[in-house]
Amino acid sequence: MASLREIKTRIGSTKKTKQITQAMEMVSTSKLRKAEENAKNFVPYMEKIQEVVSSIASGNIEVSHPMLTSRPIKKTGYIVIASDRGLAGPYNTNVLRKLNEAIQERHQSKDEYTIIPIGKVARDFCRKLDHPIAHEVTGLPDQPTFAEIKEIANYAVGLFADEEIDELNLIYNHFISAISQEVTETKVLPLTDIEAGESQTSMYEYEPDQEQILEVLLPQYAESLVYGALLDGKASEHASRMTAMRNATDNAEEIIDELTLSYNRARQAAITQEISEIVSGAAAQE
Amino acid sequence: MKTLTVSVVTPDGPVLEDSYDMVSVRAESGELGILPGHIPLVAPLTISAVRLKKEGNTDLVAVSGGFLEVRPDKVTILAQAAEKPSEIDVDRAKSAKQRAEQRLNVTKSDEVDFNRAKLALNRAINRIDIADQ
Repeated sequence: MASLREIKTRIGSTKKTKQITQAMEMVSTSKLRKAEENAKNFVPYMEKIQEVVSSIASGNIEVSHPMLTSRPIKKTGYIVIASDRGLAGPYNTNVLRKLNEAIQERHQSKDEYTIIPIGKVARDFCRKLDHPIAHEVTGLPDQPTFAEIKEIANYAVGLFADEEIDELNLIYNHFISAISQEVTETKVLPLTDIEAGESQTSMYEYEPDQEQILEVLLPQYAESLVYGALLDGKASEHASRMTAMRNATDNAEEIIDELTLSYNRARQAAITQEISEIVSGAAAQE
Repeated sequence: MKTLTVSVVTPDGPVLEDSYDMVSVRAESGELGILPGHIPLVAPLTISAVRLKKEGNTDLVAVSGGFLEVRPDKVTILAQAAEKPSEIDVDRAKSAKQRAEQRLNVTKSDEVDFNRAKLALNRAINRIDIADQ
């Protein structure tokens, strides 16, 4: 049995670990709240832009735009949203596994795809496996603003517009609730599956004409899809870290309980032994 | 008198939502004035000031592009960035203006960077102008 002092040090260090994980959990909880709020703020913008895009797309079939038409796929772009830091449970692993599966399933050579990793973990992963990286983004703040993500979204949409890539996919963790997130892969470009808006969305006049509107609207739409995914991903990251840290705190508590138990047992054993020594010593003198 | 509900939304959240008598904007095809009861319309906007009129007062909102959606009783402006004059960070706009000017001096006119710098310059000037008024 470990000595009393040994057990005591272990209890002490486990307690300290618990304090840290508890603090991290609380930080993640508040970050998650903010991230959820950001995502909520974004909803009206997204809904509106979707409404206008779908009303144009459904209203007129003659409209064509390079972003709306699918062409033969020679090269695929992936935007992978992971985090900069670890300690987020299965958050990063799940996304990267999905990426690997997608690549192995669809592509034979490295010329057929390119990756835009967001977050240090994703970047390091791609470098290690020697995947082609088109552009990388690291050090995004926990509450990204649109201005910060605009550049990357712009770049990705630009790649498609310049026919560098023929489709653009997003891989990220979709936030369902604080305890559950799901890895999702969505196709951003080409915009083939715009749902036709409800018939009540009125027919618009276009000023100057539809083509020019699409010219402005579609890149914005695609960029906001990317931004939406990023907000979603950030919320998932905080939720995932929160859960991981809560589990760690619970585990630490369990260990502390067990250690305290064996500490008490050891102390009691020592006391019992002392008493029996004294008693037998006294008995010998009589 | 009938009024228009105007909302300005950006990806970072709604900037403004209120009712006004008239909205005038600078669209890519020219100046547009919108009164209540306008026919449904969609138009892209330039980097400019949106002027919202209510009972003789005019409110300004700086928009960095985006577009305008009009319904008979509602106007929605979707922009990637939009600010009320009081929210504009003039120092930031000024330094952005300087950066853009420097970049314009070094890059050639046919490069992508040049266009980007020009847009950045326009945005900065627009913000400074509106904040001054």
